[in-house]
Amino acid sequence: MTLLLDAFTVAAVLAGLLFFVAGTAGLLRFPDTASRLHALTKADHLGLGLIVLGLAAQAESAGGVLRLFAVWALVLLSSAASGPILARLARRGGAGG
Amino acid sequence: MTAGHLADLLIAAAILALALGVVLARQVFTAVALFVAFGLLMGFAWVRLEALDVALTEAAIGAGLSGLLLLGAARRLARTGAPVDEKPPRRAQVVAIGIACATVTAALGAAILALPDPAPSLAPMVVASLPALDLGNPVTGVLMGFRALDTLLEAAVLALAVIGIWALTPNRAWGGAPGWTQPRATEGPLALLARLLPPFGIVVAAHVLWVGADAPGGKFQAAAILAAMWLLPWMAGLAAPPPTGAAWLRAAVAVGPLAFILAGFGGLLLEGAFLAYAPGAAKATILAVEVVLTGSIAVALALLVLGPAVAR
Amino acid sequence: MTATVFGLLGAALVGIGLFGLLARPEPLLRILAFNLLGGGVFLVFGAVARRGAAAGLAADPVPQAIVLTGIVVAFAATTLAVALVLRLAEAEDRP
Repeated sequence: MTLLLDAFTVAAVLAGLLFFVAGTAGLLRFPDTASRLHALTKADHLGLGLIVLGLAAQAESAGGVLRLFAVWALVLLSSAASGPILARLARRGGAGG
Repeated sequence: MTAGHLADLLIAAAILALALGVVLARQVFTAVALFVAFGLLMGFAWVRLEALDVALTEAAIGAGLSGLLLLGAARRLARTGAPVDEKPPRRAQVVAIGIACATVTAALGAAILALPDPAPSLAPMVVASLPALDLGNPVTGVLMGFRALDTLLEAAVLALAVIGIWALTPNRAWGGAPGWTQPRATEGPLALLARLLPPFGIVVAAHVLWVGADAPGGKFQAAAILAAMWLLPWMAGLAAPPPTGAAWLRAAVAVGPLAFILAGFGGLLLEGAFLAYAPGAAKATILAVEVVLTGSIAVALALLVLGPAVAR
Repeated sequence: MTATVFGLLGAALVGIGLFGLLARPEPLLRILAFNLLGGGVFLVFGAVARRGAAAGLAADPVPQAIVLTGIVVAFAATTLAVALVLRLAEAEDRP
């Protein structure tokens, strides 16, 4: 059983890292702020979610699993709020592309 | 070289790059953004050094609140212009300063490589005395039990810093509300965050405070989260910061250190030494003082970020 | 080895922070460099704490508690410095 859980953790974390690399590649290579925000928020959220799933398999108690998902929810909330603000600023030309 | 050591080297390299970026940045805004990233990566460094309480504090205060403070200051200075009253140093001076700093770094590095082995440690003493406090977290035990005087003075320093900042208020603004006017955002993402996050933030802060007795956490981290939750509605323009002349505000800043001092004198009366705890009642006293201190420190941290009152 | 790596990083940060403090005349950059300097000093403490692992603990808690206190006090000093800089800028604005 633990072998299965460990394998799941490794697979999920690796998949999450893949999405993070994709998001970073988008951050570095996309032409303007709006598309960079796309890459940053969407790819990073999926990557974080996969990493949280992988780590949840290793948690020792239900409280640990709950806290991990709370972390994910808070990150989603805060970047859902900051993404549009950054995009609005970029459109006005304040953030410098 | 294990994976952990590889992670250490990568984190150290990233921190070094960010620090160089901060010092060599052209614009202040870039430097502040890099500094916030630096603070968050320092949190990683603290985790690798097995100092989880310090990691939480660095992320909350060193990266979070400091970033907020410095970003606001950078924006205000961009408008009024920075008070620079000296010329930038000439190239020869910069080189000389660089050589001097490199010498300091080399000396410090040599001292670190020459640290005694086996390393002296106070951990055995702490572990031996910790059961008397009935706490599971040794750092909390040190902060509130063995070096409680330091923590008391630290709380007093925060109150003094608030007084120092308020002393910079222009005469005609005395007693007014701090901070510059924020445009009111009734809808949109910032308002959503300012309405949704504070209740969760308060619960998280209470949890961090409570769990700090036996696991990494504690009152400074909880106070930083509470301060941030108070600053968020102000940033969205949904709540006005309180006037600095308000008696309840001043009482809130003072009540934490006062409660700590009272507990100290109580220990003097009951046990014969300032800040001594009665055996058996140590954890209860510590938790009670911590709860009062958390509220006080949260108010003080928020007021420190808000700054002196401004004339409106 | 973790402690040595981060101790040396702390030494480097002290040098970098000192350089920024002395070589850049802009006040906010000086405050940032002061924070870098403080971070380097704290890392040196952290390295010493990590090397003091004993009695079942992963690190010596006394230097860690001192660093915690230091972070809060450094933040208070930074806020006071920023308030002074803003007040100076305001005072120079009005002739």
